[in-house]
Amino acid sequence: MGRAMTPVLEVRNITKRFPGVLANDHISFTLEAGEIHTFLGENGAGKSTLMNILYGLYDPDEGEIFINGKQVSIRGPNDAIRQGLGMVHQHFMLVPTLTVAENVVLGTEITNGWLLDERTANNRIRDLSKQYGLDVPPDALIMDLPVGVQQRVEIVKALYHGADILILDEPTAVLTPQEADELFVVVRSLVAQGKSIIFISHKLREVLAIADRITVLRRGRVVGTADPKQTSGQQLAALMVGREVLLLVDKDPATPGDEVLEVQDLRVLDDRHAVAVDKLSLHVRAGEVLGIAGVQGNGQTELVEALTGLRAVESGHVKILGNDVTGAKPRTILETGVAHIPEDRHRHGLVLSYPIADNLVLSSYYREPFAHGIRVDAEAINQNALRLVKEFDIRTPSTLTPASSLSGGNQQKVVVAREFSRPIKLLIAAQPTRGLDVGSIEFIHNSIIRQRDEGVAVLVVSAELDEILALSDRIAVMFKGQVIATVPAGQATREGLGLLMAGIVGEHAGVPIGEEAHVHRA
Amino acid sequence: MSTAPDDAPRKQVPVETPPLVPIDPDRALAAESPTGINWSNLLTELLVPILAIFTALVIGALIILATGASVLSAYNGLFFGAVGSPLALANTLVEAPPYIFAGLAVALGFKCGLFNIGVEGQLAMGAMCSAVVGYQVIGLPMLIHLPLALLAGALGGAVWGAIPGLLRAKTGAHEVITTIMLNYIAIRLTDYLIKSPFRDRSSSAPRTPFILPSAELPYLFGADYRLHAGFILALIMVFVIWWILSKSTLGFEIRTVGANPDAAQYAGMSITRNFVLAMALSGALGGLAGASQVLGLEHNLKASFSAGYGFDSIAIALLAKSSPIGIIPAAIFWGALRNGAGLMQLQSGISISLINIIQALVIVFVAADQIVRGIYRIRHRSAGQVVFTRGWGG
Repeated sequence: MGRAMTPVLEVRNITKRFPGVLANDHISFTLEAGEIHTFLGENGAGKSTLMNILYGLYDPDEGEIFINGKQVSIRGPNDAIRQGLGMVHQHFMLVPTLTVAENVVLGTEITNGWLLDERTANNRIRDLSKQYGLDVPPDALIMDLPVGVQQRVEIVKALYHGADILILDEPTAVLTPQEADELFVVVRSLVAQGKSIIFISHKLREVLAIADRITVLRRGRVVGTADPKQTSGQQLAALMVGREVLLLVDKDPATPGDEVLEVQDLRVLDDRHAVAVDKLSLHVRAGEVLGIAGVQGNGQTELVEALTGLRAVESGHVKILGNDVTGAKPRTILETGVAHIPEDRHRHGLVLSYPIADNLVLSSYYREPFAHGIRVDAEAINQNALRLVKEFDIRTPSTLTPASSLSGGNQQKVVVAREFSRPIKLLIAAQPTRGLDVGSIEFIHNSIIRQRDEGVAVLVVSAELDEILALSDRIAVMFKGQVIATVPAGQATREGLGLLMAGIVGEHAGVPIGEEAHVHRA
Repeated sequence: MSTAPDDAPRKQVPVETPPLVPIDPDRALAAESPTGINWSNLLTELLVPILAIFTALVIGALIILATGASVLSAYNGLFFGAVGSPLALANTLVEAPPYIFAGLAVALGFKCGLFNIGVEGQLAMGAMCSAVVGYQVIGLPMLIHLPLALLAGALGGAVWGAIPGLLRAKTGAHEVITTIMLNYIAIRLTDYLIKSPFRDRSSSAPRTPFILPSAELPYLFGADYRLHAGFILALIMVFVIWWILSKSTLGFEIRTVGANPDAAQYAGMSITRNFVLAMALSGALGGLAGASQVLGLEHNLKASFSAGYGFDSIAIALLAKSSPIGIIPAAIFWGALRNGAGLMQLQSGISISLINIIQALVIVFVAADQIVRGIYRIRHRSAGQVVFTRGWGG
């Protein structure tokens, strides 16, 4: 590899300020031809800002960008595409009701006269697929494709538009471990044929697996560049956070007590009235963590919504502490002692325009000491907020600051503080650390384990296998609305769980079937 | 799994939330108390509406110039017609009660994320009910008759408001559509009732009989000044609605449902209950707007007696940025413009329609506040944006 050659991309002293924040502080780096250059950093470290500058979505305040040694100014995505830059966003930019081919050619349609020339487009897509090992069916509708394939469509789209430099923004966030491995094969085939890749991630494991070079960002600055062969996850994490971090949750073995949550043959429909949860049964005991692993979209969201009263139950039963709460109202369920950390904190967990103090009493505003009759006690609400802000280390200028101006980690701490501040028997935590930085993850994981140790039954739903492995005492794998296997955490392996998440059950899947493990046939 | 689920917020560009600069929490927290009024915040809040009015008057002046008339004499007339004498001031304040009640109605809806365009209809129903109770119920002392007539007005409006609230909560039918339709029904229904069953046969024009004196809202400064107790009642309602919205659990629920219905539901609040309740309360205020006109000013109900109060109230609520207290100056300003228009026309020959243009411009500048912020280079405060209403079925 010609390291002496001009880098395909060079960035010098890029600086970008937002009101009150220095998002990028004199960032410089180079990208060589055929290199996989990984950017590692916590949320808010400035990775996305930097990539949005490269893609022309933001104007930098200072700094220069060179492509193949020539200084360029990128005025927008179209400009970026012309310069040979392609970006695969974390949230795909595809039209679900159009075909793969239509999505790929969108914006640069080949026409003969008035009509779209689909044949030519399809052929070009097939050629690209073959060349880079990207298996995509040109005629299929996007909405019918699994997420991993949709991501390949995004890559094909970028290549179709002539990208030589590909920016992949958190590409594995939505993939199973196996799909992530497939993506890595594709990425390697791309660089082997001369493409250069910028790979953004906050997952240490995959960064170490894929990168040729690692740049670590913290608070808008480059704090280090590392060679993956000469560094460790611990070192990278410390660099990323700025202090030593515990990568594993330190916990004692569980001492399960009485059954708190019992779910029997639960059936729940999704928004399109398709069956999302299909005859699912599970139980959680006091003082244990049941982790639900699974690729997103296998009914986890609907399960949690049904358990917390936010979604109607078609059939089956939900019992909490022996009380039948099937189809009960959310407030009834909350009052039986259920805490719920919702999957989407912006949609369900917080009222972003409200001050932190109000968000901290969102589900208890109507009770003493926060209300006397129908009169709200602002002083009691503020005292509660002052106490919780200190106890949960919520970094905020004041208790009256709107939740919208907190960082993601602090927003999640507000949710956690609220849910843990009342007496609870059951904790339902959905994606409790999604999008959070390492420091906040550590804090929230420890808080959850502390609840378990105090005898709370915990149900954790997460798409992050690492999180499931770190927290769970037992792991249930959900696939197509069912629990297809329950494995004691001690016997679970990443590989085994990954296969189960893909719906592959049986001895050949390498699932360690001990005396305690149950494998249910779908 | 699809890439863009229908219910997911559409996201164009992933933007990282900028991290907060860490601040020593103890020191910073002590600085702000929940009860103290933040004057500089209040001033920034007031800045846009005031500049919107100013800008509208400037453009109004340009229009007057274009017609060749004298700006000075026109605005002089407008000013003196509105507040130039005790009588002019009283007449301006006489216009205020229906604007205050109706403006509150719209503002309350906004707080719950509902766009109540049906105040005109609720006002008609309220006026009708209070008029009927005012002349039909005989032999009651004022202490009972007047509250009864007011209550009838509030109730008529509340029922008319609750219907679209219920339809929205149960069927998802958007309140903008249903309230507009209910406006037509209410206005035609009252027209019919005035012309036929409730018509005063002794009158040539279609109208109801006069209400009994025991149902009249008393004048505050004698009949010459026409300013009646409805003005006081309106101010009391401002306080009541302010208290409900900011100090009661009911208001907390209404505001939460308005700001984020998903989070409200998650926290155990009932969307249905709050939609119906907010619309009923809003309708009751609309009904009071009608009742106060009938019981305080007109003393009977004529065909098309409302000068579009229900529709102007949307503008007033926008100008007040849905703040109950803000409704008072906004309503009085509206009344002043309308009241001063006569003298303006007399003095300068400018058509009264100019007032409509100025009112429309004020609303454009308040609703599209970016224009005003752009002209006067006011920094935008990103946090805590007021949610007026959400999209169709959203």
